[in-house]
Amino acid sequence: MVRFLVTRLAGMVGVLFLVVLFTYAIFFALSPDPAVQICGKNCTPELIDQIRTNLGLDRPFYEQFLGFLSGLFVGTTYGTGPNAIDCAAPCLGYSFQTGQPVLEMFEQRFGVSATLAVGAAVLWLLMGVAGGMLAAIKKGTWFDRAATGAALGGVSIPNYVLALVLQYVLVVQLGWLPFPQAVPFAADPGQWFLNFVMPWLVLAFTYASMYQRLTRANVLDTLDENFVRTARAKGLAPRLVWRRHALRPALTPVVTLFGMDFAGLLGGAIIIETVFGLNGVGKMASDSITKNDQPVIMGVTLVAAFLVIVGNVIVDIVYTTIDPRVRIGARA
Amino acid sequence: MSALLEVDDLTITFRTAQGPVDVVDQLSFTLEQGASLGIVGESGSGKSMTSLAVMGLLPPTASLRGRVSLDGTDLTNLPESKVRRMRGDRMAMIFQDPLSSLNPYYTVGMQIEEAYRAHRAGVTRRQARKVAIEAMERVHIADASRRVDHYPHQFSGGMRQRVMIAMALSTEPDLLVADEPTTALDVTVQAQILDLLQEVRRETGTALILISHDLAVVSEIAEDVVVMRQGVAVEQAPAERLFSDPQHPYTRALLDAVPRIDDEIGELRGIDSVESAARVGGKP
Amino acid sequence: MSTTSTGAGTDTVAPAAASAPAAATAHSAEPLLRATDLVKEFAVPGTGGLLGRADTFRAVDGVSLEVRARETLALVGESGSGKSTTARLVARLADATSGEVVFDGEPVTRAKGERLRRFRSEVQVVFQDPYSSLNPRHTVERIVTAPLVYQGRKVPGGTTAFTQQLMERVGLDPDHHRRYPSQFSGGQAQRIGIARALAVSPRLVVCDEAVSALDVSVQAQIINLLRRLQREEGFSYLFIAHDLAVVRQIADRVAVMSKGRIVEQGGRDAVFDDPQHEYTRTLLSAVPRIRPEWERARREAAEARAAAPGETSAPEEGTTA
Repeated sequence: MVRFLVTRLAGMVGVLFLVVLFTYAIFFALSPDPAVQICGKNCTPELIDQIRTNLGLDRPFYEQFLGFLSGLFVGTTYGTGPNAIDCAAPCLGYSFQTGQPVLEMFEQRFGVSATLAVGAAVLWLLMGVAGGMLAAIKKGTWFDRAATGAALGGVSIPNYVLALVLQYVLVVQLGWLPFPQAVPFAADPGQWFLNFVMPWLVLAFTYASMYQRLTRANVLDTLDENFVRTARAKGLAPRLVWRRHALRPALTPVVTLFGMDFAGLLGGAIIIETVFGLNGVGKMASDSITKNDQPVIMGVTLVAAFLVIVGNVIVDIVYTTIDPRVRIGARA
Repeated sequence: MSALLEVDDLTITFRTAQGPVDVVDQLSFTLEQGASLGIVGESGSGKSMTSLAVMGLLPPTASLRGRVSLDGTDLTNLPESKVRRMRGDRMAMIFQDPLSSLNPYYTVGMQIEEAYRAHRAGVTRRQARKVAIEAMERVHIADASRRVDHYPHQFSGGMRQRVMIAMALSTEPDLLVADEPTTALDVTVQAQILDLLQEVRRETGTALILISHDLAVVSEIAEDVVVMRQGVAVEQAPAERLFSDPQHPYTRALLDAVPRIDDEIGELRGIDSVESAARVGGKP
Repeated sequence: MSTTSTGAGTDTVAPAAASAPAAATAHSAEPLLRATDLVKEFAVPGTGGLLGRADTFRAVDGVSLEVRARETLALVGESGSGKSTTARLVARLADATSGEVVFDGEPVTRAKGERLRRFRSEVQVVFQDPYSSLNPRHTVERIVTAPLVYQGRKVPGGTTAFTQQLMERVGLDPDHHRRYPSQFSGGQAQRIGIARALAVSPRLVVCDEAVSALDVSVQAQIINLLRRLQREEGFSYLFIAHDLAVVRQIADRVAVMSKGRIVEQGGRDAVFDDPQHEYTRTLLSAVPRIRPEWERARREAAEARAAAPGETSAPEEGTTA
């Protein structure tokens, strides 16, 4: 187990390093000179040079990259003399656009993304997993066909289309819901719920469709397993056969998938946040990309990759506790 | 006093896209208390479906006519909840592949306890665990009190089949149905499991139905033998009669086709009609 | 034994091989195939990784064997004995960790390119599960001629005629040459697998549990077929099986494997009637048998019936399909 953890953690650090390196390399190579952007309209060549020196843009790639890395771990200082700015670890730099520390931008926006992710996850687990199980039990009935049809729709309809349709119907036509805004829970729980319910639904719908299909297929496969036949041959009550012998093996893959999907969502739901104008990490990512705000792009990439990888490691650990075949090696 | 098991005019029909297919056709046999019956046949003979029918475990696409009576009670007329209470208690079953027949997520002890507790109301976990350990000891699993907490993948193939047998025996059933119990096992392990089945019968008085494609295996265990071919029992007789003086041409041909370990036979007899018939029957 | 033996092996038979490669079988002193000290190690899954070398498991541990021309060597053992891995090493379907294989006087353990291709056309494999070893989307015609096509050889006499002739030889209806594997029964599908092996006129056919998945009546037919083909074509078999009774029907010599090693090797009757190794004895005594007195009685009855007029015996292994 210890060996497993050490191996996984070492792998995790390696993958993170590569992600950072590639992202940095791509934006270093492809982006137009950020100094020109920062400088704005009334710019002189001297000013651009000074910005370059301050940001270290005049130094070679590997030095900049190492500077970025060391900023992450020990902090860094931009510029010299009275103009110097200290950036404490973990330093993700400053936005070229607003001059705001990237870390601070995260802190402000992460709550919105997390709220979206958690709320949507609850919904899609309810709809997807419960729906999939029910469809499997009632295989071939109208419920199964309806649920499977809805799931197919959910997979095929792009969620921004659904978002726009719902927004038009529920907000513009019926006026039941407000245009979503990130109302803090503490400020007004009722409003908080009304504002978030539509983004939750839209986000959950696509995932629920995937989970419904996966759960249904897994449950049906498991019901065909020989050990389910054994359980029935023992004369176990149907509900025990179902709960102990069919559900646990069937849901294990769902758990692993969920861990990764959820971790990914914490790193921002780009489309949903943009469509609904919710100021989360996803919107920050899309804004920074359109404006080529390199430090923010780097920050978002790094955090998103970190979350997904940590999610993966957690899933692996959970998996070993669920499945004894992984936890305990075979007898020699 | 009636026989333990009476199968009377059993017909099993499957609904298929090509219409109904009879996989077992008017099969009848009886089994006395503590007796052993071998059902032998090649693939598609309906022998496994017969065993599932006895256990009341036929798939939903199958329908059944005729009678299957255990101790005079016709199981085919009983509601599923009543059959379920007999299943695993009065009659138990073991299968061909012990690895996939055990749930990988639970310890073998838990799976044996579960079989016992399903039929003994009010039994505590502690009592059930004791029964599980005893059952494992009875099938000669060494160090049972420790092994009871192990998972199926930690056992070898033969040991897993012993676990299955322990599970089946935990409720002291009157009838044990063994469907190809040694087919997935190595020959040395097969011999051990067959010995164990014999021993269990001697000591517990459990009646045994042994389903197998292997005539030699059946000849070593069964007192009576039914030879099945494409759903029909072509011959049934006491083992000695059947093996020393087979009457039906199919039984004779089948016995001729078995390769012997003791000597080389010039030309083995094949049964062409079986192969072509299987193809006509829609087998891929 | 080290890899330098490769050179030595070549030297001893080089004159014969060089002067008349096609007639090398005539030198009966030299076996068709000789495997020396084969070892195959596998990494144990779940060990090793980023931080260290994986533990290894020796599936085959110093196996040496010979297959002579026109003979059948059976390799028997239980699951995990390494018999199938040995077969794969011999047929070059897997690469040995160490040891060497000499075929017809030529070392082939590390053969590449043209030499490997030539070896492949001389050694063919018939697998256990006929359906999974035949491409379900290809017709018999395409399956059977595939080995020739892969080797860039011309199909003699045209694809259809060639296929039909092969089908006839393995007891299949030649009119079915455009059918797909799923349209055949298990025994017939295995005949297709055998026909495919025969297409390149091999000199060694490796049968890896080739009759194990078949019903006994069909199994008997396939064993008969394999024996007849060997008589007609004069190739050798390396016959991998766990069923000792089947081995008794087909083998000239037997090698018994356990835990990656050959524990006993010898003529068939010697091994079966007077086994030397404890494991062989255990294995033989474990085989279920019909009581000899029942068998005797049955055979006497059958003979009496055959002698009596009006009775016809069961049909011989036929070519109806």
